[in-house]
Amino acid sequence: MKKIFVLVFVTTFCFWSCTDDDNNSNLNPANTTFNFSHNWDGIPVNSTDFNTIQFTNQNGEMLSIERLRYVLSDITFTTTSNEVLDLDNYNLVDLTNNTNLEFDLGTQIPPGNYNNVSFTFGFDNEDNTQNYVDLNSASFNVPDMLGGGYHYMQFDGKYLDSNNNEANFNYHAIRAVDNPGMNPTFPQDTFFKVNLGPISISDDTNINIAMNIAQWFKEPNTWDLNQLNTVLMPNSAAQILMFENGKNVFSLESVTQE
Amino acid sequence: MKTWIYILILISLLLSCSSDNDEGYSPLEITPTPVNLEIPQIFSNNILPPVIPTENPLTEQGIALGKRLFFDRILSGDQTISCASCHSPQNAFTDDTPTSIGIDGINGTRNSMPLFNLAWNYNERFAWDGKELSLERQALEPVENPIEMHSDWGDVVSRLQNHPEYPQLFEEAFETTMITKELTVKAIAQFERTLISANSKFDRYTLGQTALTTQELNGLDVFLREDKGDCFHCHGSPNNPLWTNNDFHNNGLDATFTDLGLGAVTGDPNDNGKFRTPSLRNLAFTAPYMHDGRFATLEEVIDFYSEGLQNSATIDPLMKNVTQGGVQLSDEDRADLKVFLLSLSDPSFLTNPAFQN
Repeated sequence: MKKIFVLVFVTTFCFWSCTDDDNNSNLNPANTTFNFSHNWDGIPVNSTDFNTIQFTNQNGEMLSIERLRYVLSDITFTTTSNEVLDLDNYNLVDLTNNTNLEFDLGTQIPPGNYNNVSFTFGFDNEDNTQNYVDLNSASFNVPDMLGGGYHYMQFDGKYLDSNNNEANFNYHAIRAVDNPGMNPTFPQDTFFKVNLGPISISDDTNINIAMNIAQWFKEPNTWDLNQLNTVLMPNSAAQILMFENGKNVFSLESVTQE
Repeated sequence: MKTWIYILILISLLLSCSSDNDEGYSPLEITPTPVNLEIPQIFSNNILPPVIPTENPLTEQGIALGKRLFFDRILSGDQTISCASCHSPQNAFTDDTPTSIGIDGINGTRNSMPLFNLAWNYNERFAWDGKELSLERQALEPVENPIEMHSDWGDVVSRLQNHPEYPQLFEEAFETTMITKELTVKAIAQFERTLISANSKFDRYTLGQTALTTQELNGLDVFLREDKGDCFHCHGSPNNPLWTNNDFHNNGLDATFTDLGLGAVTGDPNDNGKFRTPSLRNLAFTAPYMHDGRFATLEEVIDFYSEGLQNSATIDPLMKNVTQGGVQLSDEDRADLKVFLLSLSDPSFLTNPAFQN
């Protein structure tokens, strides 16, 4: 009887001690989440700000936002020993419908210090040839004669033209393409990598990323909506301007641990 | 004494056994047989799976009951019309008039929507104005609508409950003879989710089973080119074979609105004049077109997008060249676009025996 009691006690103690260790370990897996916010030169923008002509771009045109959705992919975490953890994932951020503004990476990221965290705006050319049923269902495709694949961004709205009349714009970013048709050609890549810099993951971590929407119209290219408003998908020169302006659109706002 | 004890124990055991059996026994007990939708290859290759609510799974008995109810005039006030009166299989489950006439001879204000591929409406907003947030809830409305079936759910349930066959059919479908309006619309919704159309010429072309004509291919080009038709942003593409984005837009039909559409549902003036993007499947069978059936032919529809757009505060930014009236297609491109659009029609959907009365 004594032996049995001792055995039960020891076993119970072992279980307790194991449990206790696990709960307090710094090596516990942590949840990592990307959060996306949007602003116009620092003034927060959300879907309730849509449909009203209230923003002024660098070129002085007043405009409204009616639709904004974009895809990001290939989130990477680079360790201090320069090993790259490539998540090979993607997320369609839709500010219009307030969906996927939080992108939960789950517990894929081991706690630790990282030299850099990055993502790709749009898809690289290899990923852009894949078939994504959720993006097809969301009608985010680019027609084959324009190179196929997917939009990187759909940004639609209205602006006051030079005659002060409301006119539509479709700032749609895709892979730049020439010779639309059976054999399109691609003058240069227009996806780009966004580096967020060093980030430490310990407990559950929120990586808060901001898009300055005004920047799409700002630098290095001052965008003239009276010249470039619609039918920009087959306009490779316009796509390259978007690519150049887009590199300054995203920034790391903060990193918070819970 | 011992004998009495044995007898008492024996009786007690027998009673307990008897009691258990009475509670669990039902001579009519039939378990509904689960059904998995047969998803067409053209869908499984390209788009997300259908939406089947967990609280209303498909069963053989539920679908059969729903089909019978769909075609039964018992749902209407004077028992003269059924769901199929305005949603006829021969018209891809719509009718051929701009608006439909209810039991009192009064015309509605909206064109009857065709019914197919409804389980792929991912945001589950149904009807032209998106007011119905599930197929089940949609089926509740026409029964009591005074210009449609003009009935009363209490009367309908009473008629079904006193019917010689329906109580048995409900028991087979839902394991209860207690008929309710909720179970009635569940059955109708189950049947509606089986209405799948995915066998058009264009579907077979996409699957490599047939070729398109030069005119159809040029029409597809017009459809997809942003500098021509630019139809794909709202109506899908070969990668989205639903041929709708399941969203709501003001496509420039009117400068002022007599029907606010989604705006009347949400109360948001930014939604005024927005209506559901209809699928372009089966256009050969679903004239007239638009939410109010204003266009009798596809030519009229294409002419409208080419030169008839009306500007308004909520017109969708995707509508091009509004000040010029639209996309200004050539006569040849208009003709080719029409031929391509007709390649999206699926005659086999009209004659599928599973969908007939």
